[in-house]
Amino acid sequence: MTNLLILPILIPLFTAIILMFFSKYVKVQRGISSLSTLATIAASLVLINTIYNDGIQTINLGSWVAPFGITLVSDMLSALLVTTTSIITLVVLLYSFKSIGADRERFYYYPVVQFLLVGVNGAFTTGDIFNLFVFFEVMLMSSYVLLVLGGTKAQLREGIKYILVNVISSALFVITVAYLYSVVGTLNMADISRKIAEANQPGILTAIAIMFLLVFGLKGAIFPLYFWLPGSYYAPPTPVLALFGALLTKVGIYSILRTYTLFFYHDTGFTHEILSMLAILTIILGCIGAIAYWDVKKIIIYNIIIAVGVILFGVSTMNPEALEGAVYYLVHDMIIKAALFLLVGVMIAITGTTNLKKMGGLIKEYPWLGWTFLVAAFSLAGIPPLSGFIGKLLILRGSFAAEAYVGAGVILASSLMVLYSVIKIFLNGIWGTPKEYNGISKGHARYLWMTSAILVVLAVCYGFGAEAVRPLFSQAAEVLVNPNLYIDAVLKE
Amino acid sequence: MEILMAIVVGILITIAVYLMLSKSLLRIIIGTALLSHGAHLLLLSISGLKGGAAPLLGEHAKSYVDPLPQALILTAIVISFGVTAFFLVLAYRAYQELGTDNMDQMRGNEGND
Repeated sequence: MTNLLILPILIPLFTAIILMFFSKYVKVQRGISSLSTLATIAASLVLINTIYNDGIQTINLGSWVAPFGITLVSDMLSALLVTTTSIITLVVLLYSFKSIGADRERFYYYPVVQFLLVGVNGAFTTGDIFNLFVFFEVMLMSSYVLLVLGGTKAQLREGIKYILVNVISSALFVITVAYLYSVVGTLNMADISRKIAEANQPGILTAIAIMFLLVFGLKGAIFPLYFWLPGSYYAPPTPVLALFGALLTKVGIYSILRTYTLFFYHDTGFTHEILSMLAILTIILGCIGAIAYWDVKKIIIYNIIIAVGVILFGVSTMNPEALEGAVYYLVHDMIIKAALFLLVGVMIAITGTTNLKKMGGLIKEYPWLGWTFLVAAFSLAGIPPLSGFIGKLLILRGSFAAEAYVGAGVILASSLMVLYSVIKIFLNGIWGTPKEYNGISKGHARYLWMTSAILVVLAVCYGFGAEAVRPLFSQAAEVLVNPNLYIDAVLKE
Repeated sequence: MEILMAIVVGILITIAVYLMLSKSLLRIIIGTALLSHGAHLLLLSISGLKGGAAPLLGEHAKSYVDPLPQALILTAIVISFGVTAFFLVLAYRAYQELGTDNMDQMRGNEGND
């Protein structure tokens, strides 16, 4: 038992509270929030090391023994996601210093980002299904504030729709937890898994599994529940968009991954078949969106939906290799989506437009921006040896082993579509004839580019160092394949 | 008693869905409030309503009610209270800024060309 795993939740929480007292001192806020996010990263790295050496870490809050109190559980999957989340938050904070604007900075932007970090890290770490709901709400409440902060017309309008969708999905979450509790009589995730295994998953639990898919699918944007995403993510400024695109949908995916590997793995012929069909449809519709638009933000937003489909298809096969690939691809996608949103944000800041037809020739004045974008685009599409390739390779090998040929084919075809959609941005926005722009100055653009380049460098290292980090991902996938590891770590201490 | 509660939950959620499908923003917000009421009532009735005495465990306690759903419902009520308050303020602000509370006029098609 160790208190280490609670630090990535507590550090941002206390930082947020402290920051609220300094809301008018922008420089103080910047300093405190970067330092504390660095501390969060350090704590989560130590946590990865501890889990790598000693196995799954748990802590019973208030010293109530495992199935009765709230338990926080950190396995390798949680720790990797917590680390990635904290790193992305730090980079987005650095980017915000010169792009979010003084008004938002003075009206609680930094505390709310820290609260978002509390919610996301908490959702990744908790081992209690109702506590997961609470952390979802912490995360959603911060995202409501971030979405409407600034109060432009588009933000208010889209904020209303976003809140409405999420209030409905929260009510469904409560209803689903109520059903689950009335059937198994416990809220501890390890204990739920054990009780379901003892009852051998009767029909009512399969119905509950589908309700969970509905709840988490609304947050994770799978077909046909992604309809709210393109509009809502379009409204906020670039740093907020990067945070949303990289973190929020991934929490939904993580929850599906956790519940479908820990609870509902007995009747895979029904539940996982539905998951795989929805994942394939998600990929196809995401591709159509990504190809159709000439708006840089919209193209990358639809690429989020494609990635959701690819990861969930890997989950639905329940093959060890595909699960490892899904975890690898999940982390890859968080990093690369944040990087792409930030780079596209630089392009928008320079040109003053999001329409590709009004851009062009950025490579002449900003060569580094162009080439960084190209590397990020190749990594997203999965060109070897960049990180997207390795994740997709593992998912594909797993799906061929599980004889899921249709989905494997769709994933392969989707890679081409993804490549087409991002190369369209490169050819029309960065290549082509230069135009007159009256956006931000060159030095300003260089700062924004340098911060976003941190994430691209990280993604490249992640791809080239895949062999070195592979043991971590094998360990993460091992728990997903064999839920008893998780149960034993929580209940037998 | 539980069957009666299930019917009440059904009626609450029906009304909530009806309200949320209307165009007026205020009706939609009242709908979300009713939806969470329905969810909370369901949460309260899951572990059986007339189970026994207060949720106190003593050495000689013969009957007691399951305290967990009550803890859950308390948490859920607080959360939905906060979200509804935020939603109302946002609706008022949006009405000031956009000059309408009709969802039909809040489609927003810019950036879709």
